[in-house]
Amino acid sequence: MTDIWDGLAQAFWLLVQLDPTLIEISARSLTVTLTALVVASLIAMPLAAILAVRRFKFRRVIISVINSLMGLPPVVVGLFVYILLSRSGPLGGLGLLYTIDAMIIAQVVIITPLIISIAHQSMRDLWSEYHDLLISMNTTTTQRILTLLWDGRRALITAALAGFGRAIGEVGAIMIVGGNIENATRVLTTAIALETSKGDFALALALGFVLILLAVAVNFATHWVGRTEREGKW
Amino acid sequence: MFPVVMQDLTVVVRGKTLLGPLDLTLEAGGITVVMGPNGAGKTTFLKTCHGVMRHSRGSINWQVPVDQAAQAQSFVFQSPIMLRRSVLENLTYPLRLQGMAKHKAIELAETWAKRIGLAQHLTTPAPRLSGGEQQKLALARALITKPQCLFLDEPTASLDGSATKEIEALLQEAAANGTTLIMSTHNVGQAKRLGDHVLFLHQGKPILYAPASQVFDESNKGGQNELVQRFLQGDIIE
Ligand SMILES: Nc1ncnc2c1ncn2[C@@H]1O[C@H](COP(=O)(O)OP(=O)(O)OP(=O)(O)O)[C@@H](O)[C@H]1O
Ligand SMILES: [Mg+2]
Repeated sequence: MTDIWDGLAQAFWLLVQLDPTLIEISARSLTVTLTALVVASLIAMPLAAILAVRRFKFRRVIISVINSLMGLPPVVVGLFVYILLSRSGPLGGLGLLYTIDAMIIAQVVIITPLIISIAHQSMRDLWSEYHDLLISMNTTTTQRILTLLWDGRRALITAALAGFGRAIGEVGAIMIVGGNIENATRVLTTAIALETSKGDFALALALGFVLILLAVAVNFATHWVGRTEREGKW
Repeated sequence: MFPVVMQDLTVVVRGKTLLGPLDLTLEAGGITVVMGPNGAGKTTFLKTCHGVMRHSRGSINWQVPVDQAAQAQSFVFQSPIMLRRSVLENLTYPLRLQGMAKHKAIELAETWAKRIGLAQHLTTPAPRLSGGEQQKLALARALITKPQCLFLDEPTASLDGSATKEIEALLQEAAANGTTLIMSTHNVGQAKRLGDHVLFLHQGKPILYAPASQVFDESNKGGQNELVQRFLQGDIIE
């Protein structure tokens, strides 16, 4: 029990004095996750709108594929990305394994289906509301998609926040493809796993607090977006 | 782009004929009112003419290419569809679609907002307006592009007397400016006030298409359809 109290006290101390290791790992986590989030959003959001607006042949198939991709265990995603990037794999020549880039790729694969799925839901609702009007105004497909993306921006931000939450807390896949290398690919989750297994609860707990803080911030942001929606701001 | 010629125009949805067969030629100018009981096919008729609903058989021909015809039409829906944007942005939206410069669009939108009494609400999100305000905004948004043809589906159905009056004034002004109006209404008084032509639908079929002066002429009852006569007298017809 004293171990844990000691750990907590030290953890607070690390946080208060902005311990360099703690800062470095947190910053790396944010870099990886935010980059992955931007890439995933750029893929997912237009796709979500296209799936809502266009009626093409394999639309239903694509939607069910995306929904099942969403259920893929991250560890398995990590394994696939590892195989792709490993020396003998198809993309081995790029030398990306055990780099930040590999971790970003893994996170993109994990959260893109999630963001598409959530965003598509709201794009579809908005489209059923706008359908007659936008058809009546003789809009092009591009204009329809841009209108949906803009008028549904709050829902899209909510989808992105969900993606962020999923990515920042993910450990299995980035452990596999990043390797948890000190000063290179160590991020919040993988560091916590390592420090815990070493018995260094102080650093693990401090890192854990940062994660919790981020999760709470995401939650607040989601609520705030929802409130501006109801109040009709911006 | 007028006259628009409909031949054997028929709409079938899941085996049920909602409209037609209909042979009709609509001329340019004036206000055509479409009347008939609930479920008669008024909305279906308007949407099919406008092209937001597909017909299953027959044809509808504008005198210009389809795309050009579509560009010159507007539609005001039975329940107004508001973009989740401000009043001002709802008004500029169709103008921006047509490539008008932003400052010009805003200028025009502001004069229209003034005309419909929403000048104080430029930044209000349109979905938060009252039903009557939304209906007026929908009408202004439809008229702002100066359409050659305007379809209206019961534009005053849920409005009180003064709002109805305002809307009717806007419609008459649009007609005077050369827009051809085709509107459905339940309101016989409104049909009498506004109508130049009357199209009467019943169970998807056109029962009567005639100048309003004939239809509403008290002394001309003999020449009229009995169903229409009963409808005008306020009978309930199925
Ligand atoms: N998408 C659809 N699928 C099946 N039936 C439909 C569809 N749209 C309309 N109908 C049916 O077609 C008929 C005509 O509908 P329509 O909305 O055109 O009538 P309306 O004259 O506009 O009625 P109201 O006065 O109530 O607005 C109705 O019986 C309606 O139930
Ligand atoms: Mg109707």
